[in-house]
Amino acid sequence: MINSIPPALIFILGAFAIPLLPSRLKSGYMLLLPLLGMFNLLNIPMGTNFVIHFTDYTLIFGEMDRLSRIFGIIFHLISFITIIYILHFRNNTEYVAGFVYAGCALGVIFAGDLISLFFFWEGLTVGSMFLILARQTKKATGAAYRYALIHSAGGLLLLAGIIIHGKETGSYDVGYIGLNGLGSYLIFLGFGLNCAWPVFHTWLTDAYPEATIGGTVFLSAFTTKTAVYALARTFPGEDPLIWIGTAMAAFPIFYAVIENDLRRVLAYSLINQVGFMVVGIGIGTHLAVNGAVAHAFNDVIFKGLLFMSVGAVMYRTGKVNATDLGGLYKSMPITCGFCIVGAASISAFPLFSAFISKSMVMSAAADHGLWITWFTLLFAAAGVFHHAGIKIPFFTFFGHDAGHRVKEAPLNMLIAMGLAAFLCIFIGSFPRALYSILPFEVDYQPYTLGHVLGQLQLLFFSAMAFTLLLLAGIYPAEKRSLNMDIDVIYRKGFAVLSMMLDKGLNGLNSWANHTFAIGMTEKLSYFFKDGPARLCMIVLKPIWELSSARIDGPRGLETRFLKKFRISYFSVASTGILVLVIFLLLLFNVFKLP
Amino acid sequence: MSNHKKYLWDKKKNIVTLLRYFFGICVFLFIIDFIVPYKTHMPWEKWPGFYAIYGLVACVILVLVSKYVLRPLVEREENYYD
Repeated sequence: MINSIPPALIFILGAFAIPLLPSRLKSGYMLLLPLLGMFNLLNIPMGTNFVIHFTDYTLIFGEMDRLSRIFGIIFHLISFITIIYILHFRNNTEYVAGFVYAGCALGVIFAGDLISLFFFWEGLTVGSMFLILARQTKKATGAAYRYALIHSAGGLLLLAGIIIHGKETGSYDVGYIGLNGLGSYLIFLGFGLNCAWPVFHTWLTDAYPEATIGGTVFLSAFTTKTAVYALARTFPGEDPLIWIGTAMAAFPIFYAVIENDLRRVLAYSLINQVGFMVVGIGIGTHLAVNGAVAHAFNDVIFKGLLFMSVGAVMYRTGKVNATDLGGLYKSMPITCGFCIVGAASISAFPLFSAFISKSMVMSAAADHGLWITWFTLLFAAAGVFHHAGIKIPFFTFFGHDAGHRVKEAPLNMLIAMGLAAFLCIFIGSFPRALYSILPFEVDYQPYTLGHVLGQLQLLFFSAMAFTLLLLAGIYPAEKRSLNMDIDVIYRKGFAVLSMMLDKGLNGLNSWANHTFAIGMTEKLSYFFKDGPARLCMIVLKPIWELSSARIDGPRGLETRFLKKFRISYFSVASTGILVLVIFLLLLFNVFKLP
Repeated sequence: MSNHKKYLWDKKKNIVTLLRYFFGICVFLFIIDFIVPYKTHMPWEKWPGFYAIYGLVACVILVLVSKYVLRPLVEREENYYD
């Protein structure tokens, strides 16, 4: 214990030194942090570490078991790779936000109590928001604020859940909670929001494509996977998760097919992959949870790789829409190769990483006789090859030549992508390396004849569908457009609500202003300006008429009399007299004086 | 665009060769399913060509639904939210 410190601390404290360092030391320092962190992580003994007693609560910053350790390992690995990828950006905001964000993810993973878990959970939102803001565009700023609002709401659900659960059970320990009682449901929803469950998912597809190039790589790794960890820890075997995960795996692929922004295609495909993990946790058996965790581990790498390759293209060409890209295999052949490795991995080609993890969840579903889920997951598996496996590389690097003649990606980006690509193939080819660190003992053999042949058939015939539809001209052409999702409710609906409030309340306000503030004063001022004179005239007019003087007209008595009143010959005194008269009248009236 | 070099997929011949190999592999994978017996979890996995047909049909449905159902429902101008 003396030889190690809480894993989150290295990243979070380490982050704030970055802006202070001279640029020649910065790169080395940033690469050292995850390496140091990994060394520290592997030195932390199993069990409960770093316990702090704070008032009545016990805060635990180092709950180490096989489940938290594997998430710790992958978070350190992807931090290291992403830092290499963004070394040349020289953007301190991105560096600090990235490390704080990754550090908070580690904080959640190793939190042994719900209070510190919540603290780091909120830190995740802050860190990720800055990664989106760092893009410094109007769209990014809007997306970042929407992101922050939704996650704040999720955070409040979680906090309410934690407090109620704590009061109900008297325990704030991070462990199996299960669905029983209001507190647990709120915690479940709070985790689900970060996990991008359907209906709650739009923060992801809205914000991830708006972040910086490196920011999106960071984002793709941590928030959803932290939520997957939290669900695996607290709600394994809860049936609703099976159905939620099934829906997650299926619906995003339809959007991915028609989406033009390639980073948004990957964002939809991210939800689709997390769906497999959520199903695994919902089934809850050792095989299923192992599958979910192994798939989370692989997804961090291959999704990171795909985001990195699309990011490298974006960095060189300034474009990210399928309509603006194509033919880049000519200029960026190495990036193209890495992208294809990522595509093969996410599609679960034999010898690539998802092949050895996705099938664990599928097998677990089959073992349980969950045939609707099984068929949907198989559909999702074919679909993911379609949109992420083929569409991303095809529209970026092949397809019609958009005419970009750019340089290959910078060396550091290539090294980062190379490392990720190596890991994808290594894990796919030698699954035991990953299986040996999974939460439970693994008794699963991915490389059976049936599995390899079945998977190859599925993939090749999915590719055949793509080819035939493309050749027949039926495949939907990429269009410069935007696809509405559930977020239309708050992006347009709230705008309508705000318009209604604007028209309603501001209308009332302006009516009141017109009637009372402006109208009434005008009338009062008119009354006090000419009122006494006109009252006097009631008495005077008959006298004038008797005296046969000229009353009307510009030089008539009436006009001259009013003018005299207006320039205050008599107005103060006469108004005073009038007030007195009215006051006396009131007195007589109210007190019934004789 | 001054680069007139012919790249690998600029030549139609290469694409045709690729497609030939691709369809060849598809046919091979379909036929081998009738020859090699393998059993897994679900009964329908034993049907020859199950995965091939499912993959093909699933992707065709995916594309048709996305194009003809989803896109007309959700597609808006690029600056819809601006």
